[in-house]
Amino acid sequence: MTELERQQWDVVVVGAGGAGLRAAIEARERGARTAVICKSLFGKAHTVMAEGGIAASMGNVNSNDNWQVHFRDTMRGGKFLNQWRMAELHAREAPDRVWELETWGALFDRTKDGRISQRNFGGHEYPRLAHVGDRTGLELIRTLQQKIVSLQQEDERELGDYEAGLKVFQECTVTRVLKGDGRVSGVFCYERESGRFFVLEAPSVILATGGIGKSFKVTSNSWEYTGDGHALALLAGAPLINMEFVQFHPTGMVWPPSVKGILVTESVRGDGGVLRNSEGKRFMFDYVPDVFKEKYAQSEDEGDRWYDDPDHNRRPPELLPRDEVARAINAEVKAGRGSPHGGVFLDVSTRMPADVIRRRLPSMYHQFKELADVDITAEAMEVGPTCHYVMGGIAVESDTAAALGVPGLFAAGEVAGGMHGSNRLGGNSLSDLLVFGRRAGLHAAEYAQRLPARPTVDETRIDAAAAEALRPFSAEGPADGAAPENPYTLHQELQQTMNDLVGIIRRAGEMEQALEKLAELRVRASRAGVEGHRQFNPGWHLSLDLRNMLLVSECVARAALERTESRGGHTREDCPGMEREWRRANLVCRLAPAAGADPASGRIELERKTTDPIRPDLLALFEKEELVKYLAEEELTE
Amino acid sequence: MATGTEPPQVNTGVHGDTRATIAPRHLRTDRWWLAPALTAAGLLAFIVYSTWRAFANDDYYAAPYVSPFYSPCLAENCQPMHAGPNWEIFGSWWGLSPALLILIFPLGFRLTCYYYRKAYYRGFWASPPACAVAEPHKKYTGETRFPLILQNIHRYFFYAALPVAAILTYDTVLAFRDENYEWGHMGLGTLVFLVNIVLIWAYTLSCHSCRHIIGGRLRHFSEHPVRYRLWGWVGKLNARHMQLAWVSLFSVALADFYVYLVASGAFDDPRLF
Amino acid sequence: MSAYRAHFRVWRGDQEGGGLEDFTVEVNDGEVVLDIIHRLQATQASDLAVRWNCKAGKCGSCSAEINGRPRLLCMTRMSVFSREETVTVTPLRAFPVVRDLVTDVSFNYAKAREVPSFVPPPGVAAGEYRMQQMDVDRSQEFRKCIECFLCQDTCHVVRDHEENKQAFAGPRFLMRVAELDMHPLDAAAETGLDRRATAQDEHGLGYCNITKCCTEVCPEGIKITDNALIPLKERAADRKYDPLVWLGNKIRRREG
Repeated sequence: MTELERQQWDVVVVGAGGAGLRAAIEARERGARTAVICKSLFGKAHTVMAEGGIAASMGNVNSNDNWQVHFRDTMRGGKFLNQWRMAELHAREAPDRVWELETWGALFDRTKDGRISQRNFGGHEYPRLAHVGDRTGLELIRTLQQKIVSLQQEDERELGDYEAGLKVFQECTVTRVLKGDGRVSGVFCYERESGRFFVLEAPSVILATGGIGKSFKVTSNSWEYTGDGHALALLAGAPLINMEFVQFHPTGMVWPPSVKGILVTESVRGDGGVLRNSEGKRFMFDYVPDVFKEKYAQSEDEGDRWYDDPDHNRRPPELLPRDEVARAINAEVKAGRGSPHGGVFLDVSTRMPADVIRRRLPSMYHQFKELADVDITAEAMEVGPTCHYVMGGIAVESDTAAALGVPGLFAAGEVAGGMHGSNRLGGNSLSDLLVFGRRAGLHAAEYAQRLPARPTVDETRIDAAAAEALRPFSAEGPADGAAPENPYTLHQELQQTMNDLVGIIRRAGEMEQALEKLAELRVRASRAGVEGHRQFNPGWHLSLDLRNMLLVSECVARAALERTESRGGHTREDCPGMEREWRRANLVCRLAPAAGADPASGRIELERKTTDPIRPDLLALFEKEELVKYLAEEELTE
Repeated sequence: MATGTEPPQVNTGVHGDTRATIAPRHLRTDRWWLAPALTAAGLLAFIVYSTWRAFANDDYYAAPYVSPFYSPCLAENCQPMHAGPNWEIFGSWWGLSPALLILIFPLGFRLTCYYYRKAYYRGFWASPPACAVAEPHKKYTGETRFPLILQNIHRYFFYAALPVAAILTYDTVLAFRDENYEWGHMGLGTLVFLVNIVLIWAYTLSCHSCRHIIGGRLRHFSEHPVRYRLWGWVGKLNARHMQLAWVSLFSVALADFYVYLVASGAFDDPRLF
Repeated sequence: MSAYRAHFRVWRGDQEGGGLEDFTVEVNDGEVVLDIIHRLQATQASDLAVRWNCKAGKCGSCSAEINGRPRLLCMTRMSVFSREETVTVTPLRAFPVVRDLVTDVSFNYAKAREVPSFVPPPGVAAGEYRMQQMDVDRSQEFRKCIECFLCQDTCHVVRDHEENKQAFAGPRFLMRVAELDMHPLDAAAETGLDRRATAQDEHGLGYCNITKCCTEVCPEGIKITDNALIPLKERAADRKYDPLVWLGNKIRRREG
């Protein structure tokens, strides 16, 4: 293992989605030599799947909007479990982050007076989402990608090398965050194309790897979403919080089977689409929870009027936060009022003229036409819940995005926890990426520059990481001569387990069962083996990703079993109510000290932590009557 | 036409050293050769026909119809056409067919047209024969050097095509006479001319250069609302540029052929009124 | 409709060589070619290399050639083939092969770097940008590009002539030049950068002979040729082949 290539950088960003690229831009602009490392090609990150828009209270369409309203909506959406300081920073800084994109060449849809147009979305009081048709994520990624290219062009002009100050290592995977002297000292990586190992030494590492959706069977997430950052942080000693909260997007495609789970953007509803059951009824009116009763229309007429006159009418309940809509759909299907393929109907065809649909929802039109032979301008779509986003993630300091307890480790985007509480509002993800991506880049660069000397790399850790990565090639079956486990089979079983037993509606018994199954899968995964060689070998890559998925799945299952209430993206059939006492409780996952010795024993330990009280001036933004519904008795009196 | 079964060329293009080793020049299973073959056949047929008619120097006028190949007629050796497009700019020294003088303009317009370029590059030059079908040429420089760099003067042919189209419109108006030059009549030929001139205008105005000149070159449409609207209309036509190129090619040949039939006495123009 | 077994031929190999391998594999209702490739990975060839991400036609990763035509694996439905038909899947043939269906697309990233970036208008602060929808429509169409590089792959200029890769940026990046040239607020001209002239002089616009294969393969339906390349050629003609402009430049140069 001595022939390993090593490079020195100031900041290493793991992940090249919105958060990672924004962090890299900031770090480079602060003078740090920055490396970005990503599993896919540059510009292919999962951020491109974001469709609806970027939430930012610019007030271009409704001038009543401001950051306080955005903050309120975010806290309500997250059922007050959010790290309030993150929610505040997010709401305050989002407009600047969006405007900044324009100076880098982004072209958003416009209002009549030439400003950035904003659209309605679930849980947002005013039209707030800056968008480009229904391909906002693509615009975001492309803009950041092109900004990086422009910074590289600058370096080329000044230093003669495009990659002198900012380099993208594409199609490379990080398997370990390396440490020395108790701090981060670099990352251990392999190049997917050649299978070659290399080490990037850096005092600051920013994790921006996105989510964990690939642990679930029905998901809108791509293969990359294997919880790498979550697992890397755990293995480096950092805690994860709120892992029980997994968002199921209410509208994923349900048919044909091969596209099950692919996202149908919330903009469909924001622009006028309605949900109906097999009886043709707009069932969402029956599912408005008490905490939202005053905010949503009680009749179809009022809901319909709202699109044209939002100041004097209340919004239709189709635009409730995602967790509410997903649960409602689930309940309708269970009650036997579902569509032929086990979803419900989402209809725009009777609500908008065909040409308007094609203009405002071009990729949805295209997606259904191409993949399901459904013309959404003429017939209703069939949709059902799909695993979409994990609210939980690495516990970070709100202002600096620094991971708690591991100096030099930072996290931004979906992989960071806390910002969205128990449920994320649509559109808050892209703004989260930008706001905290920038903050992570800034503080990671400052941290690296402040450090008097580069931390040393512990050589034994490098050797251990290399041995770990090579294990699938020498894997053996349970008995001598038996075939090793097929990583694809293990992955499918894991997805089925999480989907069925820790899915949208949860029960204690099932989650205990899931933990047993996970233990079994861990044992089998230690024997996962692959054929062939190291050059672009997807079977090998999957074997390595299994470690991460199993770790993260265990976090989700343990935390979900522990939280005996229902809140946001965590719904317990056996504990259906939202309990005010749980509001202040965060469940923190850490790697168990003895983890690894015996794969059958659990690797995660849970700790319950009470969060800081919400700052009084922020609390004052809410009506007392509303707070009573969420906050515990002692918080109100404090 | 290549079938994709001949031995691979070595070390170029899709058979280059670094590319995936696949012997056939293409793996298409559809009838990819059909479109270029039809294009080549159609263009060849027109070339043969128009060459014959352009050099014929005969049977191009049958009152009140003048063949679009010979209009305007710019030499002294033209047949006299009552109130017709006889302009003896070239005088008496021109001894060849007068069609040659004027056909240069529509010919140049079509030769440099962005659609016809695609058609003959694919159909005649096999560059490429079809998408993802390797072309047979060793070297390729496209339109970067002489003579093909001259394709960039398309817009001047477009300017020239406008007066030609205007004159053909004038001819169509003249076709509302009978053989004694009495106004207010219509024959089958008038209908043929009408259809032809509509298609000629549609083709001419749907030209990419036209689209550029009318508005495409602007950076801020919002400051030029009229040109923006015109640009939109031309854009709609432009989307059908290929279809218009073919039907107008066919209609102009048909109009000429109709005049030939009537002028040569093979056919009597049925008078509608 | 029901499940059936289809005959597939998939190219396997690397720089050292390789060839088409035959597979018989199950196909179910509503599946796309990428599903079948995944089934091959899970059941018959665990190390079959393929790039993919979103599986919804939005990221442009799974570009390959199916029955000789450049396409996205995830957007090609099995129902477009008859049950008897052999489906042949190969890597992109314009780029160096890495392994199996994966090719080295670094050509495209190198070309992306050669196009000068958006130049923000001086004196306009962030948040002060005002643009009309009709003015951003054209560039927005080009920004729908998912960078699948199918247009780069199918373009005969580089597909059939490796040596042209030096001089020719390819449809994707000429379209990028057009996008910036049509951007209502791009201030490149103020910095002395003439995007129209560079399109021809530096990015090889003249190599394009507008045979429209790029438009044919674009999975986003972008009218690359009609809306980007030809307008760019016309804009270059404005600069270089318009006698009035040419004369004006001559005179100005002499004065300067």
